[in-house]
Order: sequence, then C-alpha cells, then structure tokens
Amino acid sequence: MTAITNDLPRDRALAEPRDLDLRGKSGSRAIKNSVATAVMWAAFAIAVIPLVWILVTVAVKGGHLILDSTWWTNSQQGVTARREGGGAVHAIQGTLIQGLVTALISVPIGVLTAVYLVEYGRGRFARIVSFMVDILTGVPSIVAGLFIYAVFITTFGFTRAGIFVCLSLTLLMIPVVVRSTEEMLKLVPNELREAAYALGVPKWKTIFSVVLPTAFSGIITGVLLGLARVMGETAPLLILGPYTKAIATDLFGGNMATLPTMINQDRDQAVTLPAYDRIWAAALTLILLILLLNLLGRLASRFSKV
Amino acid sequence: MAKRIDVSDLDIFYGSFKAVEGVSMSIEPRAVTAFIGPSGCGKSTVLRTLNRMHEVIPGGRVEGKVLLDGQDLYAKDVDPVGVRRTVGMVFQRPNPFPTMTIRDNVAAGLKLNGVKNKARLDEVIEKSLKGANLWNEVKDRLDKPGAGLSGGQQQRLCIARAIAVEPQVLLMDEPCSALDPISTLAIEDLINELKERYTIVIVTHNMQQAARVSDQTAFFNLKATGQPGKLVELDSTSKIFNNPTEKATEDYISGRFG
Repeated sequence: MTAITNDLPRDRALAEPRDLDLRGKSGSRAIKNSVATAVMWAAFAIAVIPLVWILVTVAVKGGHLILDSTWWTNSQQGVTARREGGGAVHAIQGTLIQGLVTALISVPIGVLTAVYLVEYGRGRFARIVSFMVDILTGVPSIVAGLFIYAVFITTFGFTRAGIFVCLSLTLLMIPVVVRSTEEMLKLVPNELREAAYALGVPKWKTIFSVVLPTAFSGIITGVLLGLARVMGETAPLLILGPYTKAIATDLFGGNMATLPTMINQDRDQAVTLPAYDRIWAAALTLILLILLLNLLGRLASRFSKV
Repeated sequence: MAKRIDVSDLDIFYGSFKAVEGVSMSIEPRAVTAFIGPSGCGKSTVLRTLNRMHEVIPGGRVEGKVLLDGQDLYAKDVDPVGVRRTVGMVFQRPNPFPTMTIRDNVAAGLKLNGVKNKARLDEVIEKSLKGANLWNEVKDRLDKPGAGLSGGQQQRLCIARAIAVEPQVLLMDEPCSALDPISTLAIEDLINELKERYTIVIVTHNMQQAARVSDQTAFFNLKATGQPGKLVELDSTSKIFNNPTEKATEDYISGRFG
C-alpha cells in the first residue's frame, strides 16, 4: 500500500527530498513483516490441521452409515456387534432429552444468578457467589458425575438413571450460563435502566421487561453454546447413565442411551467391523448435533440488540 | 397539575464524597428553570435528586429536604417509584427501549405499570406523540422499532414517553447536547409548549439555550477543585444574563470564567 503520490512540495525548505523519501519500504521492516506473517499463518495451520483431520476422518468413516435413513429411524435393539444395521435414534433421543432437561434446570438458575450478580449483588455475598461460580467452572466433568453419584446413589440409595446425568450436567452448565448471561447483562446500557426507573417502573419489572429482553438473543447464544458443551460430555454419563440398545425415554428409571455412551459401548466391542463403523457414525452424529447448536447460537447473536 | 419544588439545605453524596453542598431554591410551577454552570459542578446531580434518581447510583445519598407542593420527597414513608411517576425525566442521550416499537416505547410507562386497556393506551400514545410534536412524523410507522428514528426524533420519542405517564414535573438533563441545531430548535419549541402544563427543569451547557427557553436560571459552581459544588444564585433569566448579583455568575456568563 504505497499509494503515495510523488508530487511532494520539493521547493519548500521543509520537504528536502533527502529527508522525506516516502517511496518503498525499508529492508529490515519488510523482512520482519514477512516473518511475522509466515509465523501467524503457520500457527493457524497447526491449529486447523488436527481439526480438519478429525472432521475428515469421522466423515469418511462414518458418513456412509448416517446417510442411510435407518440410522435416523431405528435403534440398536436386537443388533449384535457382529451384525450390520440398526440406527442411533435411541442415542440421539437420549442425548436430546438429557440436554433439554439439563437446560431446563440450568437456564433459570444460571440466568437468575447472573441477574443477581449484575443487578443486585453488592459486597461480600456477591463476591462469594461470583467466586463459587468460578470454582464451578473449573470442576472436571468426572468430579461432577462422582459428586452426584455420591449424593444420590451412595447416600440416598437411588439407582442410576437419566435424571442424575442431567443433574451432573447441570453442575457443568450453570457456570457457563451465568458467565455468558452476566456479560450480556453488563452490555445493556445503564441508560435504559434509568429510563425505565424514571418512568416509575420498579426495579424487578425493569429487569424483566427491559434489561432481559434487550439481552435476550445474547443470553440464548450463551445457553446454546453451553448446551453444546455439555451435550458432548462423557464422564458423568459413563458413571450415571448406563447404556441400552433400546429406545428409552424415562429419565427416572432404567437405562438410557446417549451418543457418547453408544460410542463407548461400541468401542468395547469393536473387534468387529459393524460395531467399528457405528463408532464413527455415532461420533459424526454427535459432532453434527453440536455443530447445529453452535450455528443456532451464532444465528441468535445476529439479532442482538446490544 | 404542575407543582412547585422547594429545596432546602440539600447536601448530596457519592459514598463519602460530598458532591453538592447547601442547595436551597424554589422552582416555580408552569415555568422553565435552567441549571447552568461548569462541568462537574453538580447541576445534573441536583436535578437527579428531584426525582430520587440519584440514589440509583451505588453509594448515592442525600441529606436535606426536597418539597413537592409541600410534601417531602425524602420522607421515610415515600416510595421512590411513586416519586418518579410524578416527576418525569428526559436524559442527555436519547434512550428509547431497543426491543420496543415506537408505540410500545410511548406506552412503556403505562404498560409496565399494568395498564392493559388498549383503547386507553392508543389514546395516550396519540396524545403524547402529539404533545411531543412527533405524531405527524411517526403516525404511519408506529409498529417500527423506536431505535430506527433519527436522534432528534428519538429524543422527542423519549419526551413523549416521559409525558405519557402524566407527570407533574419534567426534568431534562442536557436534552439537546447530542442533537443538531434543527432538532434542538424542535425540542426548544416543544419545551415552550410544555411549560403551559408542566414544571420544567432543564440542565444545559448552552447559555444561549438557557436564555432562550427559561424563565428562571440557577447558576452552580464549584467552591474550588475537589470541593463540593454549590448554588451561586437563582434569579429570573433576564436578571442572571443582564445584571447578575454575584461576580462569579457575571464572569461565567461573559466567558471570563476562572
């Protein structure tokens, strides 16, 4: 970008040609620029290669199964590891149901916690709450799973069931929802709150009728991204959600399949080709589901008002 | 329905910092009172105490009395939400609610306070928009977002929103500072019409504007840097601009400040 014209005022004392030569780049600066550019492209390539590799491998090895309509309509009931056929609808359903219930529990708690922290929280208690959310963010998923197991299975004597998977995923999802909602609420200009107060609108009503609607699409984005994260979680599912090959929709009793546990199950039996193929297909299905949620989240953020 | 305001010995604090000290003044009903003074002298802060908006800021508190037709706004049993329904406010930057249509913006004060009767809302919307000289410009697009209007129209929308709840007093915090001269003129004309019905208090940095629109002018100043602001004098606008009592006022008016 050296689009500088050459008709400089050479006749003026200030613009001696020797002092002011704007043409060309200096040598060392051009080299530094090239090196920096090369390093950045290399870093980008290193980051992207594994990602593309995974996507391509999964798509190539699992693609042919998910293109078959039975994959989306049938379960694995009656299909052994050695036999081909069957579908993943039982696992897809399980993942979606558990994700939905997790969101139903996490979103109200997470959003209201964020409202407390942004709109009401002052002083010591708010700092403690904020710190707890930070700690929760750092809890490994297997710890969340074991915690729920220790409380509900060991202490209260329940049997393992889908609802406990949801509870452990809730522990992982709440901090994500709190943090993203907090950021969105902070983006809502204070002037809007003051405008509502000045109309004689009480604070709680201002929050529910002005602040939350203004931040709505941003909150939805955060929820969908949080959901995308927990739907791929595996550790709590292995601990709390035993696999079944049949369609099961009862969260409160019996086994319930999910995509991650289906992958794990078929991995156990992957001595045979049909089971081996199903691992890749289930992985691809999970990636697509999460990708879809991510895309929906990005789409929602386009309608943001802040 | 316009009311007079009597302020006596008002001290205003941000946490432990005393921002304004010892303000006593009377604001006449059905008239425009302008607050002028250098930046940071506390005129907006005083304005915000007149409808208890100051305490919205964390640490904000007030000592002294603000009487609205004899009733103390800071008495123990007074609900700040009720005060704000009586004393409306227009802000420096136009701030229509971005999620709402023009219609909903005007009706916001009523709707959020539980008025559902559609006929009544429509009536108030038309009356308020006409009152804010905006009706003819927006009557065909009431269901479009309020944020799509020009800055000057947005500010008139905010005025319509403020008068829709039928306040007794209208506070304006530099309502024209973000607007171009044409929109400023429109708002000033509007202020002249509104003073027939409301008590209006306006903060402005524009002394010509204060001279044009106001009947009374109050000059605020800092005692010194870091010291609280105070009211220097309050008098009829013509007296303040032609023959002020205090030397500081004369210096500020004539641009020989400091």
